[in-house]
Amino acid sequence: MTSSALTLSGVSHSYGRTQALRDVSLSVAPGEVVAVTGPSGCGKSTLLLIAAGVLRAQSGRVTVAGTDLSGADDTARALVRRRSVGLVLQFGQLVPDLPVLDNVALPLLLEGHPPADARAAAAGWLDRVGLAVGPATLPAELSGGQTQLAAAARALVHGPALLLADEPTASLDTRSGRALLELMVSTTVAAGGSVLLVTHDNTVAARADREVRLRDGVIEHEVALS
Amino acid sequence: MSLTELHLALLAGAPRHGYDIKQEHDAWFPDSRPLPFGQVYATLARLQRDGLAEVVETRVDGGPERTVYALTAEGEQRLRTWLAEPAPPTGTGAEEIVRKTIAALHTGIDVQGYVARQRTAHLRRMRELGQVPAGAGPAERLVREHLVAHLDADLRWLDLATDLLRTPSPRPTPERTSS
Repeated sequence: MTSSALTLSGVSHSYGRTQALRDVSLSVAPGEVVAVTGPSGCGKSTLLLIAAGVLRAQSGRVTVAGTDLSGADDTARALVRRRSVGLVLQFGQLVPDLPVLDNVALPLLLEGHPPADARAAAAGWLDRVGLAVGPATLPAELSGGQTQLAAAARALVHGPALLLADEPTASLDTRSGRALLELMVSTTVAAGGSVLLVTHDNTVAARADREVRLRDGVIEHEVALS
Repeated sequence: MSLTELHLALLAGAPRHGYDIKQEHDAWFPDSRPLPFGQVYATLARLQRDGLAEVVETRVDGGPERTVYALTAEGEQRLRTWLAEPAPPTGTGAEEIVRKTIAALHTGIDVQGYVARQRTAHLRRMRELGQVPAGAGPAERLVREHLVAHLDADLRWLDLATDLLRTPSPRPTPERTSS
């Protein structure tokens, strides 16, 4: 039996008195594309951060690529994130002091790949997402859309088993957004990986095999689109 | 043609006569062509013939004679069946979606279920349209994008309908049938 790429079981999380997620259970199969949708404040970004191991769920279990993150310490969670997860957040979140090229190469550099190889792979991905930068270009020199392209390249460079993306095309025009989404989804799925897209953009959600709709931190409905 | 079912929805709150149905319809859809009286009476006669509505009262209050119609059990079932099915996600000609959503909101029949089913139907169609066949030219892509843009607009509007449900305004009272 093939294990899930991502499993959340009975996950709850609060910020102070605000309950962001309540007893959410969700599973993403290998090769599956799932869209988590819902109005602002429904908990979908929290869900993504918990799936990425950035936030620790206050209750419930989270398993990514066969590793239970719930009991893992910070180092173990960081390792899973680095090896198995590609993460694209809404505003790119590049490391400001590192050149864009090194930002994209970072997942490979942290895994000990030779810097020249890592940078060559990064340059290849920057080319595929359609972003032309020099070796010393810093994140501050990029527009919002270019930052999103770089963040996508960084998320894809190590061939993650699980790609997690929060509004990955929000800063891009329609055509560039479509192209980036297609690149992210098709390359990840072609390699046997899975994709979890958090979005309020219906055209992004329509690329998924399944929609999970959140409201007030609970799953309102879950339906196959394919 | 959903005008039949729309008449059933207009009768769902309470028995009404033809004049009232026309007024109610025009209030539900202020941007649509006003419903002609002739069409209302023809539709009511057809509903009665088909056992979907029945005459419950004939009023003569000094003015013109008014026949009051009510839904039959069969009529209500027909209305529920109509609202159980999402409108075809055609991208253009969204009139049917508006009719169903407004009818669901006014009658209160499984509104959340209706909106969820319509959303799914739309997303599935958008997904199909996104799978552009290899070799498709720019013209075919543009046609698909046009449909996707319309479906997306419908979905945004349905989101508003969902928000409305969460902060409901008082439902129009069904007792508006005038004597």
